[in-house]
Amino acid sequence: MAALKKETLLEWYRQMVLIRQFEDRCADLYFNSKKITGVYMHLYSGHEAVGVGALGALKETDHVITAYRDHGLALIRGVSADAIMAEMMGKRTGTSGGKGGSMHIASRQHNFWGGYAIVGGHLPLATGLALGARYNNTDEVVVSMIGDGATNNGYFHEALNMSQLWDLPNVWIIENNLVGMGTRIEDSSGQTELHKRAIAFGMKDLGRVDGQDVFKMYEAASEAVEYARKSGPVLIEALTYRYEGHGVSDKTFDKRFGDELKAWEARDPINILAHHITTKYKNMDAELEAIKAETLKVVDASVEFASNSPDPDLNDLVANVYVGRDYDVI
Amino acid sequence: MSSKNISMRDALHRALWEEMERDERVFVMGEEVGKWNGTHKVTRDMLDHFGPRRVKDTPISEMAIGGAAVGAAMYGLRPVAEMMTINFAFLAIDAIINHAAKVHYMFNGQFTVPLVIRAATGWGMQATATHSHMPEPIFAHFPGLYVGCPSNAGDAYGMLKAAIRDDNPVLFTETIALYPKPGPVPDDPDYIVPIGKADIKRPGKDVTIVSFARGVEWSLKAADALAKEGIECEVVDLRWLRPLDTATVFESFRKTNRCVIVEECLPHYSLGSEIAAQIQENCFDYMDAPIKRVSAMDVPLPFAKDIELAALPDEHKVIAAVKEVLG
Repeated sequence: MAALKKETLLEWYRQMVLIRQFEDRCADLYFNSKKITGVYMHLYSGHEAVGVGALGALKETDHVITAYRDHGLALIRGVSADAIMAEMMGKRTGTSGGKGGSMHIASRQHNFWGGYAIVGGHLPLATGLALGARYNNTDEVVVSMIGDGATNNGYFHEALNMSQLWDLPNVWIIENNLVGMGTRIEDSSGQTELHKRAIAFGMKDLGRVDGQDVFKMYEAASEAVEYARKSGPVLIEALTYRYEGHGVSDKTFDKRFGDELKAWEARDPINILAHHITTKYKNMDAELEAIKAETLKVVDASVEFASNSPDPDLNDLVANVYVGRDYDVI
Repeated sequence: MSSKNISMRDALHRALWEEMERDERVFVMGEEVGKWNGTHKVTRDMLDHFGPRRVKDTPISEMAIGGAAVGAAMYGLRPVAEMMTINFAFLAIDAIINHAAKVHYMFNGQFTVPLVIRAATGWGMQATATHSHMPEPIFAHFPGLYVGCPSNAGDAYGMLKAAIRDDNPVLFTETIALYPKPGPVPDDPDYIVPIGKADIKRPGKDVTIVSFARGVEWSLKAADALAKEGIECEVVDLRWLRPLDTATVFESFRKTNRCVIVEECLPHYSLGSEIAAQIQENCFDYMDAPIKRVSAMDVPLPFAKDIELAALPDEHKVIAAVKEVLG
């Protein structure tokens, strides 16, 4: 792997801090000021190194698709915090015009194909996107994030088998945070080393990667992306941990998993990266603090933007049901 | 316009072939569509002619066939995915309903899904309970999806072309019993049956018969027989269950004031339920008799031939229903 530039490390740091602050603010807006409403919101805190390392290996022309824990990946992809926050608040200026919500953040212009809320439902879509990329004879790859919980439903097996069968440029990344909703991995999977599922498909298995360490994620993803671009699909298992409950409805997460959570927080992905930066380069503390202050401003501004944005109206309610046809609602 | 008499199977084959020749983005995927030449032979010879890039045999993976077709359509291709039969589409129902039908809306128009899912449908072949369904109304329940169900070769040709050329996802079902039936198909490769346009297959003044797919055949036979008794039925072939051409239905009903709905589907929550509800909401003042439905019997389908056929509608049941609404 080529030596990483200081600017790259600082950019990773910026992305990871922005995600953490954004997610913390979302929780605050949901539980305290109630500016974010609804029943679903799944935060990416704890997973930052997985997304930043993996997506850091991509070109702009590559594609990303994920499940409902999607805010962080959208931010990494370069989608504006304003538009994501507006979507969180159901505003017309949101990425999906306020019609998708937290679980359905997408931006076509960033090749970020969305968050999807049916577990595993986006996996064959990723197969199809990769089929399109190959059909059109491009060099694009498709990165798909997969929750550990999704590895046990039929979509996972069908989508990955088809991907291998057709040698499609898919990079499949399992974000194994050890708990699918509330069920631990050992209570849901006969084979808890999830990367080994690749063997069943005849797929290249890049093994289990430390998902707290952005360098290890970047290294594995770079190898995977290069392989997928030239040869075919790859499976990576990133071991990570979620700092919050499954979603906002999960209010007893701390009680159930508190000790384990503390152990994982000791290997916090942002701290690991900060430690690396301050060890490698001198006098970086002030610079890292400045980045934090800058990203906080981005988050503040996003809340301001979203709060002042218009709500969707009744015309929006019936728009985009079909392409090119006014929808005649009964 | 000149036309040729060919079977519905050949009409579909020709439509698909011509669309693949016309548009490089159109490709076929599904179980047995290539080397096997298609379970129903609609895709015969296509693998040889178009090659494996554009004719893709899939594993028996309906969830992935549906989902990958959605992804490829979002990317910009125009997949024509075959579900060997509609019964297997139940395995893909999440991909069809939660993804194909909703992606355009859910992401506020950022993505489109120009996808056709073809599925063979219908029953009456001793295929037994799990292989004997006409569940189109289930799919037509959901906004975002179009549902097309041709009743004859010419419509099948023009409807499939319309479906492939449209930017919305279409579930396109082909009644197995109709595959071999011949009918005139226009020689025009741009012949299109507009999406959402019903067709009056026989004009009449006494009773409106609303039907689609195989039900049209029973309705026309019944209308022929009833004409000999001086009863003139108007047979409306919906062709598309979504968008539903209620304007044509209402116009006919306001003329005849009586209606029978004929469908191969089960009766509860069906097309008949929907049409009856919409007529009473919109044409109450024109109603001279209760609306009557002729549907499949409300049971799972058995193997034994005689009792299976007893559960299926036919022209005799349609005749009886027409006489009932005429009092």
